[in-house]
Amino acid sequence: MNLALRDIRHKLGRFLLTCLGLSLLLGTALSMIGIYHGLVEDALTLVRAPGADVWVVESGTRGPFAESSRIPGDTREAIARLQGVTEAGSVTYQSIETEQRGVKLRFYVVGYEPGRPGGPDRLAAGRPSGRSHYEAIADVRSGLALDERVTLGRRAFTVVGLTDGQVSSGGDPVVYLTLLDSQELQFEQAPPAARRELARGAAPAGTDTVNAVLARVAPGVAADSVAESARRWKHLSAMTQAGQEEILTESVVERARKQIGLFTAILLVVSTVVISLILYTMTMDKIREIATLKLIGAPDRTIIGLILQQALAMGIAGFAFGAGLILAVKDYFPRRVVLHPEDGLMLGAAVIVVCVLASGLGVRLALKVEPAKALGG
Amino acid sequence: MDTPISGTPLVRLRTISKHFGEGDSRVDALVDVGIEVHPGQVVGLLGPSGSGKTTLLNVVGCIQEPSAGWMELDGDVVYDGRWLRSDLRRLRLEKIGFIFQFHNLLPFLDATENVAVALTLAGLDTAEAKSRAVELLEYLEVGHRRNAFPAVLSGGEAQRVAIARALANRPRIILADEPTAALDSQRAAIVMDLLRKVATEQRAAILAVTHDEKIFDRFDRIFHLRDGRLDDQT
Repeated sequence: MNLALRDIRHKLGRFLLTCLGLSLLLGTALSMIGIYHGLVEDALTLVRAPGADVWVVESGTRGPFAESSRIPGDTREAIARLQGVTEAGSVTYQSIETEQRGVKLRFYVVGYEPGRPGGPDRLAAGRPSGRSHYEAIADVRSGLALDERVTLGRRAFTVVGLTDGQVSSGGDPVVYLTLLDSQELQFEQAPPAARRELARGAAPAGTDTVNAVLARVAPGVAADSVAESARRWKHLSAMTQAGQEEILTESVVERARKQIGLFTAILLVVSTVVISLILYTMTMDKIREIATLKLIGAPDRTIIGLILQQALAMGIAGFAFGAGLILAVKDYFPRRVVLHPEDGLMLGAAVIVVCVLASGLGVRLALKVEPAKALGG
Repeated sequence: MDTPISGTPLVRLRTISKHFGEGDSRVDALVDVGIEVHPGQVVGLLGPSGSGKTTLLNVVGCIQEPSAGWMELDGDVVYDGRWLRSDLRRLRLEKIGFIFQFHNLLPFLDATENVAVALTLAGLDTAEAKSRAVELLEYLEVGHRRNAFPAVLSGGEAQRVAIARALANRPRIILADEPTAALDSQRAAIVMDLLRKVATEQRAAILAVTHDEKIFDRFDRIFHLRDGRLDDQT
């Protein structure tokens, strides 16, 4: 006869409410882990999309994501001629804010040369850019629809294609424009500023600047050697794809990772304290029953089993509710939540450990209960 | 009511003392108490509050260790200046049944399970324990409430279920703490009749603490305690 289950069944409403509260806590912990993975995945998606082997950026920078990088637009031709490089493409990256249908939207604009590395790897809907101007490919998270017109800077663009899951490390949906459009957007001066520059005799500011050049190398060619060759130009710096990914995960999202990791740890500690208090209260409520059980001869293992099984039932049910809840709502989070099965298993195992530890307080109390408490009024 | 004394006493206490604290704060709860309860006897323990009745019940129930003296339960010497058995819970499970003032049924178990739990603790499997529990409930004329939870049982029904639990492992000694205090006189009489029936049919010794004057005439013997000492016996 399982006393723990009988007790749970007897106070099912209270047990379920407790589990619900716990599930929200554990669900929050799980979502934190998912947000962290989402953060890393978002950051890497943008870096991996072009399928580049080598990133060439401004000398002395770790751009274009970690730091600002500006290199001349003709760098691409020089890189393309390096031995082992099969193709190269110029790219620009910038954040931009606009208003669409009365709502402020924030995008991460990627400028690329159609047909060269740097553009979206695959489309979820629509077609690639077929013209050199005023066409955009937006991520579905931007809320833009095919054929919708969106104003970026001083020009309007038509959405001709949609990607899925392309966001920046900051969570902004990506909008791809042609390199020429993006250069104008990023480097062209506003007319009053341009007029002022002309008035003071300065040369007109050019826009043929890019943030990076991406290169693909031939099979069998080491990306490191190409990066080494590119670095011989004193104004350039170069890194491999692996190096760029490392910069993003260990530099750009590192602080966020630590923050989320710490927050998750705090949530687990809070869960332990909450479970301990719940179990302590549940045990306090059962002092007389425990004393009666001891009086009629129940061994300590029966009493410990009663508390431990309830702790585990509460933890497992709370975790299951929490995981189910997060899986059901994760797509409604403003940032991507990526949950791996191993995260669930790890947190589940942590919850079991937490439950066993937390039940210690209740078990200690139960073992100290004197059977004599069952006697008397 | 007199039951002829026969056989070896099931409860035998000699010069049992129990004190709490030391020095100025020392309280003598029991002083040189000696009693015997024989099979088939229903014995009452009377006395004002603080006279040591519950302490004596705790000592006989092996819940509290005496400070001095000698005690034999069902033919086994269990205390002689120190506990002679380490498994006191097992001893209680096998030899002693407890009946409480407020029945102390486990609220999350139904009547059958409340009785069966004592049997499963003794090692019976659940099905067998439930079957025996139902038999006991029928014996105590509360079988029709076998599936009811304590919260919906009347005081008398709950006390009969509690008696069934106390009898589950066929103990030779039954200790009752104010078994009729929460019952009206009619139900108190029914409970006392049941205890009498158990004592007679199972040759058990019943020791009951009570303040309830309406059941004084149901005991074979009554011990009076005052300030931890046996005052007299009637």
